[in-house]
Amino acid sequence: MATHRAVCRPQPKPRLTSILRLTHRMSPAVPGQSLFRSRHFEFTVVALFLVVLGGVLPVLNVQGLLSDYTITLWGKYLCYALLAISVDLLWGYTGLLSLGQALFFSLGGYMFGMYLMLLIGPLGSYAKAGQNPAGLPDFMVFLGHTFLPPFWRPFHSFGFAVLMVFAVPGLLALIFGFLAFRSRIKGVYFSILTQALTYGAALLFFRNDTTMGGNNGFTDFKFILSYSLVDKVTGPATMRGLFVASAAALLLVSLGCYWVNGTKFGLVRKAIRDSENRVLFSGYATADYKLFVFVAAAMIAGVGGALFVPQAGIINPDQMTPEKSIEPVVWVAVGGRGTLIGPIIGAIGVNALRSWATHAYPDSWLIILGGLFIVVVLFLPGGIVSIPGRLAALRRKTGAAEPEPETVAPAAIKS
Amino acid sequence: MARNPFFRLLGCGIAAFLGILAGATASAAESPRAIIVRAILAPTPAQKREIIGSLAGQGDEVIRDLFTNWRQDNLFIYTAPDGIKIPVELTGDKDAQGTQAAVRVDSGAPLTDSAGHSLRLASSSLVAVEHDAALRRSMKAVVDLLDLGSPILAKRLRAIQTLGGSQNPDKLPVLLSRLQGETDGKARLALHQAVALIQLADPNDEVKLKGLETLRELHSSATFDLITAARAKAATASKSAVVAAADAALAAIERHRSFVNFAGTLFRGISAGSILLVVALGLAITFGLMGVINMAHGEMITVGAYATYITQNVFGDGMNFTLPFVKFAIHLPGMHLTGWEYQCYFLASIPAGFISAALVGIALERSIIRFLYRRPLESLLATWGVSLILQQLFKLTFGSNNVNVDSPVYLSSNWTIFDVTLDWNRVFVVGFAAMIVLGVWLVLTRTPLGLLIRCVMQNRTMASCMGVRTERVNMLTFGLGSGLAGLAGVFVTQLGTVGPSMGQEYIVDSFMTVVVGGVGSIFGTVVSAVGIGLADQSLQQILLNPVLGKILVLAAIILFLQWRPTGLFAARSRSLD
Repeated sequence: MATHRAVCRPQPKPRLTSILRLTHRMSPAVPGQSLFRSRHFEFTVVALFLVVLGGVLPVLNVQGLLSDYTITLWGKYLCYALLAISVDLLWGYTGLLSLGQALFFSLGGYMFGMYLMLLIGPLGSYAKAGQNPAGLPDFMVFLGHTFLPPFWRPFHSFGFAVLMVFAVPGLLALIFGFLAFRSRIKGVYFSILTQALTYGAALLFFRNDTTMGGNNGFTDFKFILSYSLVDKVTGPATMRGLFVASAAALLLVSLGCYWVNGTKFGLVRKAIRDSENRVLFSGYATADYKLFVFVAAAMIAGVGGALFVPQAGIINPDQMTPEKSIEPVVWVAVGGRGTLIGPIIGAIGVNALRSWATHAYPDSWLIILGGLFIVVVLFLPGGIVSIPGRLAALRRKTGAAEPEPETVAPAAIKS
Repeated sequence: MARNPFFRLLGCGIAAFLGILAGATASAAESPRAIIVRAILAPTPAQKREIIGSLAGQGDEVIRDLFTNWRQDNLFIYTAPDGIKIPVELTGDKDAQGTQAAVRVDSGAPLTDSAGHSLRLASSSLVAVEHDAALRRSMKAVVDLLDLGSPILAKRLRAIQTLGGSQNPDKLPVLLSRLQGETDGKARLALHQAVALIQLADPNDEVKLKGLETLRELHSSATFDLITAARAKAATASKSAVVAAADAALAAIERHRSFVNFAGTLFRGISAGSILLVVALGLAITFGLMGVINMAHGEMITVGAYATYITQNVFGDGMNFTLPFVKFAIHLPGMHLTGWEYQCYFLASIPAGFISAALVGIALERSIIRFLYRRPLESLLATWGVSLILQQLFKLTFGSNNVNVDSPVYLSSNWTIFDVTLDWNRVFVVGFAAMIVLGVWLVLTRTPLGLLIRCVMQNRTMASCMGVRTERVNMLTFGLGSGLAGLAGVFVTQLGTVGPSMGQEYIVDSFMTVVVGGVGSIFGTVVSAVGIGLADQSLQQILLNPVLGKILVLAAIILFLQWRPTGLFAARSRSLD
């Protein structure tokens, strides 16, 4: 492979646009067909939405027009949107269906959770009973630890914890991605391997010996920095702060995606999605591109997890099971992959639907979710954001009887 | 009739005759009851003890009952009007006068008066048979040895082992006398071992060495601790011959132990691999041959398992369940079979599991998967949706708790060969996996359907041009793969739990198996399943930690794919992607 890169690299490279033009025709499911013709306009809408959301909801909450519960709920939705964007970066833009994003999300959450756990150790029931002189988190005392495991010690520092939120998911993605892309594992094999990675990690975190709380995970957080999370008076303010931070993080990530999409890097990435071999034969080291995206997506998911944990108040290994990894894929598919706004719409929409359905129809929620998946995959490969475009195409078709090459009806795809 | 004096007289005569007869047989070989009566009536405690001691080694359960009654003051001496003392036992409920039914100790028959009427006696009017501490001890010694003569092998074995473990030299004669009469091989071995253990405790070195020699030959790990203790004692007394013999015996046990561990791990590995193989084989067809990522494969396994559950209930007492949403109640009448006919349910559930899963698979293929043959990633997502729906439907239909599937008798026992336990269900899975592999291979290579399957999988368009009805072949292939998953489901009912989410346990493992084996290669799947099973079990054995072993196996698989990205036996192809 390395020799191939050295020997076969053509000079000069063919123009990217021509590659894209060629590959675009082969693209099977037409991802990236957005509601908006212009990506600048799309980003403006996303940015406006986030700024308004991040500005208005906290104000309404202060005024007492919006419950604390709703603020926390929307804060969690925004964290899920970060997770969804990380899936979209890989799947929608690069063509890599990773079933390990929940792992990176949880890892980010765990890293930040370690910091939060160390804050409450001296306040726990064991410390009150005088059985916990070292101020360990309660679950460790329960398991008979008398001193903090060495790798826990730096997590007393907020800065270190934040660094680890990026570093640990990023490093894991780097190692795994390097191994996977180097041996050209792609397509469904990549999905299956990432699923296996997630499964293995979940098994590891379920163990008590890992000293990460076993199957109970971390919970019962009380402070972040010096702000209370549970106090009747100051708690809601902290939650508002976390909400705004989530909106800001999402805005920043969206900005980053918007910017990357306009660069040459973004074009190569899309080309890899549409026909990796063609890009490879044109002399691009596709593995390096994919590795970069994989690591970046892992870090974004990690940030989402870190913001999620104080707002949800819990992180446990259930969050990193393979099933949880497929869920964000549903959100992206429903919203519309390969677009900036799709994953945000999908994450908020599906989770809002879940909040409603698990109360209204608790028995049917999984059936609704599964059905949604099937319907979207079969009939709406472009997700919700492609509906207006498809409707317009349909109108044109019926009106002028002019075939529209971009909308492929599912019936035509069958072999 | 009883009122007629003639008949009464006749009755007495017959009773007397029978009494004489009983006396005659008793004198020929005295029954345990007669011996106990003799003991009760013996004048001195020493004589009583001696007579009771002579019962040692007998296996009659009556001894235990009578001794229990004796110790609990339930045996009494009834003095008949003619002055003869008859030991009796009072049984049954007390009536208004406080009397109970009296049973003769010597015969176990009701006590009758001279007229043949059963007598009822009050305990307060009788003298209880006495017992002192020494007597109770000797009774206990006899009862302890009782199991030694028990006709039930397991009881006998346990008694022998307990005696051996106690290393009480007093019991040696009893054991040796049992050894004369014992015919069962296992019991004989246990007796030899018990004798050797008692010899080990003997103060005489010669006897000790003899015992150690026997123990070395028997190399049973149950004797390890006792030999270690004896060795330590000998070492402090610096008896080098005994120490050397003990070391030899310990080494023999250790060797045997490691052999048993090794063979056990090997067997468990192969059987775990076989389960994996049965589960992954269906996937090797749908994923490997057709290229469809069926995340609902696990649910096909669940379908097979629930088919087994339903078959079991139909063979038994029937069952009721309600289809969710449509609220359609279904009553399956039971056949109320028992015994071996009921046990056959498992054999009947094998085709039931295959057919039901195949039908579900065909329905899935017709309704969803056929639209997604060119979009593998999307088929992954859609089938995952199907998997969610099916899991929830199972939950709503059969409840979210695990259901109980019985093990038929022919799968619930085990063989022990050289101390290696071979569970029948595991042996069966190994054999069955071999049969399924053979069957699949025959179908793929020796039938017209197999020919069509292979040609469609190689080049769908070309096959279609040649007039092959590819749609139909796809459907049948997918049905075959799903049916195999259903078969796997039938088998995992014997090894794991049956519940709505059981399929999820197998899905990751079976995908890994197919990927490692090489997609499209049935033979590769076989090799990789057995390999992963063995690696998993040996790592568990080495690390003593199942989870860590599993994680290491997953890591090893990822690294293995570095070396062989397309698996062990990849189909060679010139096409890109």
